[in-house]
Amino acid sequence: MPVYRYPMPKGSEITPEKVFLNRRQFMAGATVLAAGASLPSTGYAQSIDDYEALNVAIKDSPYSTKDPANPFEDITTYNNFYEFGTGKGDPAANAGALTTEPWSIKVGGLVNNPSTIDINDILNSPELEERIYRLRCVEAWSMVIPWVGIPLANVLKKYDYQGDAKYVSFETLVRPEEMIGQRSAFGLDWPYVEGLRLDEAMHPLTILAVGVYGKQMPNQNGAPIRLVVPWKYGFKSIKSIVGINFVAQQPPTTWNLQAPSEYGFYSNVNPGVDHPRWSQKSEKIIGSGIFGSRRQTEQFNGYKEEVASLYEGMDLVKNY
Amino acid sequence: MAQSKLWTKAPTWVVYSLGFLPAAYLVYGVVTNSLGPDPIAVLENNLGEHALQFLLLGLAITPLMRFAKINLVKYRRAIGLIAFFYVVLHLLVYTLLDRQLDLNAIIGDIWKRPYITIGMSAFLLLVPLAITSNNFSIRKLGAATWNKLHKIVYAAVILGALHYMLLTKTWQLEPIIYFTLAVLLVASRKFYPKRKKQTRQNPQTSKTQTA
Repeated sequence: MPVYRYPMPKGSEITPEKVFLNRRQFMAGATVLAAGASLPSTGYAQSIDDYEALNVAIKDSPYSTKDPANPFEDITTYNNFYEFGTGKGDPAANAGALTTEPWSIKVGGLVNNPSTIDINDILNSPELEERIYRLRCVEAWSMVIPWVGIPLANVLKKYDYQGDAKYVSFETLVRPEEMIGQRSAFGLDWPYVEGLRLDEAMHPLTILAVGVYGKQMPNQNGAPIRLVVPWKYGFKSIKSIVGINFVAQQPPTTWNLQAPSEYGFYSNVNPGVDHPRWSQKSEKIIGSGIFGSRRQTEQFNGYKEEVASLYEGMDLVKNY
Repeated sequence: MAQSKLWTKAPTWVVYSLGFLPAAYLVYGVVTNSLGPDPIAVLENNLGEHALQFLLLGLAITPLMRFAKINLVKYRRAIGLIAFFYVVLHLLVYTLLDRQLDLNAIIGDIWKRPYITIGMSAFLLLVPLAITSNNFSIRKLGAATWNKLHKIVYAAVILGALHYMLLTKTWQLEPIIYFTLAVLLVASRKFYPKRKKQTRQNPQTSKTQTA
């Protein structure tokens, strides 16, 4: 199957910053329009041209899937990002309010050289690369997304973490004045927190993503920087990260706190372990229309060869 | 019983036409491919929600008459049948489009997933009601038996709303509102004001009259 390739824009084609910023005003107007519609409409999705291009050399990664990627519109209008509402269209409608500049990530915990990473250091990193991953949501759907990011290991290995650091914890921004979902009395506790075992965090498949389709990350997808762990259910891939900590104990994770029997710490994609309320054997392919097909869910979302060794000897039914 | 003439003027076909509008809107969405990246879920969720809305509307007819003296009984059959129409479409989208007639998956769902077990029970409860929603059945069964049979709708609405509440990942406002309305409408049947031989604007005077 041919791999989708998008043309890299010339410098002259890159959206001027002023136009880019106007996007927010456009979004504010669009939100009002969208509120009047009774059906979730995709009419307010911005065009890919509104996003600033990242300086990334596109090369095939052995970790990328060969399956065709979903269009930019699918990726940016069908989101789970409860900070901006629980509907799939809510993040596209509401995330325009989020300010992502300036942005920094505090790295600390059991580390001898804690520091703060400026987002620009990653946005301008020569180590950015494209990874085309299938995102398998715990809700039994999937889509293929061409992320741009940097292996998390490249960032973590700059830190002199202590011997008893066994896990890495992550934290999302809390800013209720810009994140409408955080003002709701219903739903999750904030901040959204996630965690990985240190060896999972260091695995070359695990990336910190800063863009899609060669452009900076749209707000609704977790701008400006998010985790992507392709062999785990989507909710492990925490968005809009402001904190990373090396810790000794397995850290609390948001969905596990919400419903421990439904969402485990590991949450590896596993067709053999059903969610208590729905089957995980197959997944709906997003973007395939009303007569679209389903596909059989793969163990570790297709990365069995790369990651199965991390869980050798572990009971994956018990450690769901 | 005194009633506002305005309410009963519209012929029933107007109610049917209005009732099918949301379905037409969804069909339009399918044809123009404007339901977003996951049109099946949009169809499923909207059809299910419309079914609940019409069921609740049907359940509101009697309380409206008893508490507010607005008599819309004429339209109740239409409203109930429209609700059933949305339930059937909702079920068809689930079995044909979502599960693609994978019978093992569907039976597994009904057997193992409480929210689907509950939804399916609500559907089964509604089938005899839809079948008997005609004058012939009322004559055949007798008004008293027919009335008793159609009280099943109370259970169906509450199960339907529960079905919605159990499928979301977190507590969300909308399903809670539907469930609360369903419970309130069913419970309101216990609190009807006593019917008098003569209805008066002033209940105080009517009380002394009948005493």
